[in-house]
Amino acid sequence: MTTVYLVDDHAMFRAGVRAELGARVEVVGEAATPAEAVAGILTTRPQVVLLDVHMPDGGGLAVLRGVGESLPATRFLVLSVSDAAQDVIALIRAGARGYVTKTISADELADAVERVAGGDVVFSPRLAGFVLDAFRDAPAAPPVAVPATDADFDRLTPREREVLRLLARGYAYKEIAAELFISVKTVETHASNVLRKLRLSSRHQLTRWAADRRIT
Amino acid sequence: MGWAGGVVAGIALHTGLRRRVVALLFLALTIGGGLGVALYATYWIVLPTPEGARRSRLPRPVEVALLAVVVVVTTGLLATRVAGGTLFVPTLLACLGGATIWRQAAGPDRERWLRASRSTLGAPGADRMGQLRLVAGAGLVVAGALLVLQRADVNTLRDGLWAMGVTTVGLALLGGPWWIRLTSQLGAERAERIRGEERAEIAARLHDSVLQTLALIQRNVDSPREVTRLARGQERELRRLLYGTRSAGGQLGEELRAAAAEVEDAYAVTVDVVVVGDVALDDALAAACAAAREAMVNAARHSGATDVSVYAEVEADTVSVFVRDRGVGFEPAAVAADRQGVRGSIIGRVERGGGTVSIRSSPGGGTEVAIRMRR
Repeated sequence: MTTVYLVDDHAMFRAGVRAELGARVEVVGEAATPAEAVAGILTTRPQVVLLDVHMPDGGGLAVLRGVGESLPATRFLVLSVSDAAQDVIALIRAGARGYVTKTISADELADAVERVAGGDVVFSPRLAGFVLDAFRDAPAAPPVAVPATDADFDRLTPREREVLRLLARGYAYKEIAAELFISVKTVETHASNVLRKLRLSSRHQLTRWAADRRIT
Repeated sequence: MGWAGGVVAGIALHTGLRRRVVALLFLALTIGGGLGVALYATYWIVLPTPEGARRSRLPRPVEVALLAVVVVVTTGLLATRVAGGTLFVPTLLACLGGATIWRQAAGPDRERWLRASRSTLGAPGADRMGQLRLVAGAGLVVAGALLVLQRADVNTLRDGLWAMGVTTVGLALLGGPWWIRLTSQLGAERAERIRGEERAEIAARLHDSVLQTLALIQRNVDSPREVTRLARGQERELRRLLYGTRSAGGQLGEELRAAAAEVEDAYAVTVDVVVVGDVALDDALAAACAAAREAMVNAARHSGATDVSVYAEVEADTVSVFVRDRGVGFEPAAVAADRQGVRGSIIGRVERGGGTVSIRSSPGGGTEVAIRMRR
């Protein structure tokens, strides 16, 4: 079973997630503050950390920075009520592997946790919308899957755009694969390439969003 | 920290003048009659030492010796000048008075002084010492000015100018620090008041909306549908307050969000709206929005799904809106004939506006209505 660590400053919310996910994942610990979370994550070494954006003392960003590179096998999934692009983009750029909203159903959340644990990335429709917005006026990249130069991080390939559009329309990976006549594996590759571009791109919108949360 | 007493440095810091300018002023006053030395001594004695700082780089005994020399010279000057002195004594008196007041403004007790001065210099017992010093300083300035004025009839225009200058400087010294503190204090108060008003406004909003909704939810615990509807409506309102919507009224995004809100309220479902780009509405786009609203209503009424996703994207030449649910779905070919709702209110509307609609649905596989409109 996937091991999960919960970070959220609301005890009620942690209890709710624990109860909902209890059957499908193993919750190895939880924390209400970034400091507590960093210490707990370093001792329990979970596969996935479910991370809230807004907490006292630096929020989810402080946890991502606190853990840093010391646990390469641990993946972070952001679980938040925030609608603000800068919150989401900032955490993705700091290393989170996905973003889902707190209104997600228990089953979908468990799916997302398992996908992240398996090395995948998770785009909610809203995150896909943010990304499309940020890359909207960028010229299309040549349809090569893997970015070769720095400039390639600032552009999306036509295929990546199509995948993002379908994600924004609420399609699951399997449905996207069927729609575009590609394998689910290929959809996953496109999604993780987009996430990488999101992290490494120097596009103005992304850096501005990040600057709003004091990351550069 | 300065060389002797830090007087030049202190004045430079206080006035914002360059040290060199202040030093040259003292030098000029010293050469022109010895006033500079007297003033230096006065300021040395009267001006406050900044907290935690030694004023002088010279060792303490040297400094004391130097101060003694300066005092002796000053006394000598006073002794020789008082008899036939014209401007020396009054000017010195005025400066002494000014320095006394200045000390008040710059010293650690300036907050108390400020409070006393704000209550029109007269708050009884607020700061007796401060008031005494203020009165003494003012008296000295006035005395200096009067002395100068008294001699003005025997002297020429030069003395009149001196009188004016001394009085002006005295008034500036008297009122300047007080004025500056007062204005900055007023600014701080205004900022505080604005913050207070903002807090009050947020509190009022939370009271009007959140507390009312929570009360309603508690009274409707038996009806999950109603609770969902209330909670979702409140969530929407709070999000608008917290994050704001980027688009203004009359824009595609706002229109779709408003339609989604209505459908959420009416049918107790969740409609998530994601909009990429935005554009002002024209007739064709308004028709597209109305069609999208109809598609949301259909999804809410017939699909059985609790969540509906709406995605709109504005591209260079087209605007696309997708309304999707994961509900029961239907066989488009089988029901198209009797589903006037879809034919008239979705397809007809969009086609009249020059756009196209495609509907994809299969039993058990959910439904997606895609609306495309040329720009």
